[in-house]
Amino acid sequence: MRLDTGGLIDRDAPLRFRFDGKGHAGLKGDTLASALLANGVRLMGRSFKYHRPRGVMTAGSEEPNALVQIGAGDQVAPNIRATQQEIYDGLTATSQNRWPSLRTDLLAVNDWLSPFLGAGFYYKTFMWPRSFWEKLYEPVIRRAAGLGALSGATDTARYDKAFAHCDVLVIGAGPAGLMAALTAARGGADVILADEDFRPGGRLNAEREEVGGLPGHLWAEETIRTLAEMDNVRIMRRTTVTGAYDGGTYGALERVGEHVGDLPDAAPVQTFWRIAARRAILAAGATERPIAFPDNDRPGVMLAGAVRAYANRWAVAPGKRIAIFGNNDDAWRTARDLAAAGVEIAAMIDTRADAAGTGDFPVHRGAVVTGTRGRLGLTGLSVEGAGGREEIAADTLAVSGGWNPAVHLTCHMNGRPVWDAAIAAFVPAENAVPGLLPAGAAAGRMTTAAALASGDAAARTALEALGAAAPTPDVPQAEDGGTAITPFWHVTGTRGRAWLDFQNDVTVKDVKLAHQENFRSVEHMKRYTTLGMATDQGKLSNIGALAVLSELTGRPIPETGTTTFRPPYTPVRIGALGAHARGSGFAPQRYTTSHEASRARGAPFIEAGLWYRPSYFPRPGETTWRESCDREVRMVRDSVGVADVSTLGKIDIQGPDAAAFLDFVYANTFSTLKPGRVRYGIMLREDGHVMDDGTTARLDDHRFLMTTTTAAAGQVMRHLEYVQQVLRPDLDVQTLSVTDHWAQFAVAGPKARDLLDSLVDEDIADAAFPFMSCGPVTVAGVAGRLFRISFSGELAYEIAVPARYGDALFRALVTRAESLEGGAYGMEALNVLRIEKGFLTHAELHGRTTPFDLGMARMVSGAKDCIGKLATTRPGLNGPEREQLVGLKPVAAGAEILPGAHLFSEGAEAVRVNDQGYVTSAGFSPTLNTTLALGFLRDGRARHGETIRMVDHLRGVETACTVCPPVFFDPEGSRVRG
Amino acid sequence: MVELIAKSPVADLLPVEAGSCRLVACAPAAITAIAPYAGAEEALSQALDSAHGLALPPAGRAAGTPGARLIWAGYRQYMLVGEIAPDAAVAAHAAVTDLSDGWVVLRLEGAGTESVLARLTPLDLDPGVFKRGHTARTELAHMMAVLTRTGEGMEIMLMRSFARWGVARIAEAMESVAAQAGLPD
Amino acid sequence: MRITCPLCGDRDLREFTYGGAAVYMDRPGADADLDALDAYLHLRDNPAGPTEELWSHDMGCRAWLKVRRDTVTHEILGTALAAEAKRGAG
Repeated sequence: MRLDTGGLIDRDAPLRFRFDGKGHAGLKGDTLASALLANGVRLMGRSFKYHRPRGVMTAGSEEPNALVQIGAGDQVAPNIRATQQEIYDGLTATSQNRWPSLRTDLLAVNDWLSPFLGAGFYYKTFMWPRSFWEKLYEPVIRRAAGLGALSGATDTARYDKAFAHCDVLVIGAGPAGLMAALTAARGGADVILADEDFRPGGRLNAEREEVGGLPGHLWAEETIRTLAEMDNVRIMRRTTVTGAYDGGTYGALERVGEHVGDLPDAAPVQTFWRIAARRAILAAGATERPIAFPDNDRPGVMLAGAVRAYANRWAVAPGKRIAIFGNNDDAWRTARDLAAAGVEIAAMIDTRADAAGTGDFPVHRGAVVTGTRGRLGLTGLSVEGAGGREEIAADTLAVSGGWNPAVHLTCHMNGRPVWDAAIAAFVPAENAVPGLLPAGAAAGRMTTAAALASGDAAARTALEALGAAAPTPDVPQAEDGGTAITPFWHVTGTRGRAWLDFQNDVTVKDVKLAHQENFRSVEHMKRYTTLGMATDQGKLSNIGALAVLSELTGRPIPETGTTTFRPPYTPVRIGALGAHARGSGFAPQRYTTSHEASRARGAPFIEAGLWYRPSYFPRPGETTWRESCDREVRMVRDSVGVADVSTLGKIDIQGPDAAAFLDFVYANTFSTLKPGRVRYGIMLREDGHVMDDGTTARLDDHRFLMTTTTAAAGQVMRHLEYVQQVLRPDLDVQTLSVTDHWAQFAVAGPKARDLLDSLVDEDIADAAFPFMSCGPVTVAGVAGRLFRISFSGELAYEIAVPARYGDALFRALVTRAESLEGGAYGMEALNVLRIEKGFLTHAELHGRTTPFDLGMARMVSGAKDCIGKLATTRPGLNGPEREQLVGLKPVAAGAEILPGAHLFSEGAEAVRVNDQGYVTSAGFSPTLNTTLALGFLRDGRARHGETIRMVDHLRGVETACTVCPPVFFDPEGSRVRG
Repeated sequence: MVELIAKSPVADLLPVEAGSCRLVACAPAAITAIAPYAGAEEALSQALDSAHGLALPPAGRAAGTPGARLIWAGYRQYMLVGEIAPDAAVAAHAAVTDLSDGWVVLRLEGAGTESVLARLTPLDLDPGVFKRGHTARTELAHMMAVLTRTGEGMEIMLMRSFARWGVARIAEAMESVAAQAGLPD
Repeated sequence: MRITCPLCGDRDLREFTYGGAAVYMDRPGADADLDALDAYLHLRDNPAGPTEELWSHDMGCRAWLKVRRDTVTHEILGTALAAEAKRGAG
């Protein structure tokens, strides 16, 4: 219920929201949890396995129980913690994991079946009959498992990813963090202050303590105002730093739009940040832990710090009659704060017989809670102490087993925390993450004064490391006590299940069972019981469980140790990690200058690397790609075709040692190439295998233009730079990618010269421009280049102009081609044409083929060293056992040959040990009216004429093929020299 | 006789305006890559200085004016961008290559420039760190890019074939930043 | 992770591509024996500690860097331009 006064909520800003279909009123500043409690709603969920009624336990991101679904329909968001969700007008929230309703959940039958559903039950039950597991048990268990559910529709929410930089990243804006940010900023550092809450201040907003004579929350407000006015400070609210990574990199999730009802389409709901910080201060505070006792999970059983947070920050009393149970002085603050707010205190139960606190309410020292009552919400509890057993009526039980410093980020790089007996908790190990300093409660400095001092000290350490001057000290006064604690983890000598992990429904009994079954290390116990493996990652349960395990094994807690802490600290949507990567944002798209014209002609596109290239240009009447492809092949061989080849890498190579450089990089020789000539080259890896091939033109004595295949362009460029800088810095040469500068088109076919003659100013007769020559040309006043090279085996050229003229030139070429009964052709036809001629692509140059395999051993010059030269002499890279390039034709004219299929000798079983080779490229040749293929066959060059079996095990196709030389059409190459 | 009309890859997409930011096309008449030969940096610098009044800038810097800017463009690489082509004397000391059509030059202007670019590049573009006259080769939305802070804003060079996709990514980031500015507290 | 490029300064790892062990700098000549080539191509020390390797700043200035990195802590201990780095080291 809402208290009449106080709270950091705006009583003048009422809001309406719905939970499970029922309308409620709340206030600006409320979370869903605080608003529901204010409305007397405390049943908020059903537990994972046993479907026990559950209510909210905490006031923060560590909440295990109050997980709800926000929104409805396609964009419903499951597993949202009610303690973090800010309410807005029109918010719709729905409880999860129950059917048909929260009050009446039929799956609560699981609770009755609990003796059969303990830890690891699926290793022992549901085993018989065996076949039922896959058919029945597993599907049923899977449907029953899980908490929230996704809609299954596409996530259309917008996400953002962004980078940030700072000198000092302060993680957490409680007293330690605020002080650290202030000191660091006053020292001149660039500061980012991040806090997961929408209202910075940490525990200062939840407590009644004073700082510098001001109420803590007002000091926090004032400090934030001061920081916000400083140019060198950036405050990131609603931002959880989720992980610490190498080199001072931190991941952070900003919940940008989750508090907004009608988020504009362009605004992201979340932004995932990568922050590069020279130093960082972990001021993430501490989270409270409970004590385990029978039926400690009823709605109304909460953490003590959370109960007073609801009272102090949200002016909400979670109940009318509150009992408190703890093992430390801090729990007494809850009793005191609620009493001051006029709430009835039913009892203050302290496990310590010597507890020093006093108050105007019933006190039970040296006593424990042994049980609770109230199925859908707490109605009472049993207390046992020196005076015997007592039944106490209460609707809220505030529990405190102590506080755990939030060490997580310090353990993200394989560090383990160390045990601090004084506070009975783990604290960060020193220097666990380079550059990350813990401060405040996260470092085990539990009082407000200690937190302020610690934050200030951490900032000074950071400033010193950055070489900045420290500002004058200015740490305000604050309380410095109330941290005494005596470890107490669970109530023994009782019957009934005592809960450790509320989210995964794991009890003390389960940990005992794990130990009994010999899962005795903390890592095994975790996996066997699933404790700590839910979305709250064991924030409330890990320490309690390892304390139980420690008792069972007799190994003290520090020796028992913790499991590994891994990012993210709280859950992160995959959408946020994949921001910008949806649809066309996934990878860059590269377009040629002829793209628009090709699209207008109806060409479908395929991806080649990042490029989009036209597959074919369908003409009226053509209904399949094969019809268009066959027609385009005939068109090129009979008339003339135009294809955009701009995507191939083009690298400008200049310098006094350019020729020597190419001789070193290529297997064959380029220093002997004359200016104005072009030569085909193969480039090897140092292990003697072919990396790439292409034609290189000599433009001048000291200038070459290299081409590469489309997909390997980037790799080859990097390789050339590697050669220049790492292997041969003695060579005076410069390389530069000019791929995008030139638009380049192949013009191929018997009428190619006629076509170009009409466009180009210069004489391009055979004598002036012989095969494998190149030179400058002028097209309509534009300076371009012409190369007489052919990938089709026809009389062909490639004409290049600066890319701004590419679109215009393509259109002009295609128009002229069409007037000569030719036209544009695409990748399908280009591939068939080159297979007919046995020209290679990366289908054959796939990284495991050598010059010997390809029949190009003679291209490796004997007169010079080159990359890969020595390796080509290795035994095993030459010889009849190698799979050598061959051509293949089906014995029966219409039969298929499929790339990827393997080759077997006639009569041999088609199994791996009999494998003779494989098919790399195949296509129907309209020129020869049969399927043709290229592939690799063991000792292939000696087996021309042999009949071989092609077997495609995947598609179930078998074809008898004839092995032949890998060139099918015009082997003498007469057409290209026309 | 045919006429070849020049076409820009991004003219129809620009300018883009969102919030306080504007993305516009720049159209320098020429971009020339200049890569010094071994030991020729000094001679090259002098040749450029006497011909164009522009000496070689140190790594990470750009010198000149919108009409003629000499940008450090990487390891032993420079780019001359603007209305001028390099003097013939330069070719004696360096590999000179016309790259006018290889890059598209954009400019992002306005108060939200750093916020927008934070969505796209890991480079620290804080005005205190990346000042006027600073240039960097870096990654922008998975693409190679050259960023230069000038008096007019942030110049962004993208390779021509990437430019259309790049403009879409920058526009998306601009819209995101603009939309976030209007969200309630 | 971040690497300090000698020319560009401190940059995010995503701007770099790993290029193998620094032993690549000492390439066996054409007359070397095949064992030396085999070692050059295939045999590597695998220290739990500092190691030397090559990285290309290919989304940046395109310089090849010789980088000294600790394989246990991931700390970058030093970077230098490969073209200017000492050769023949162990």
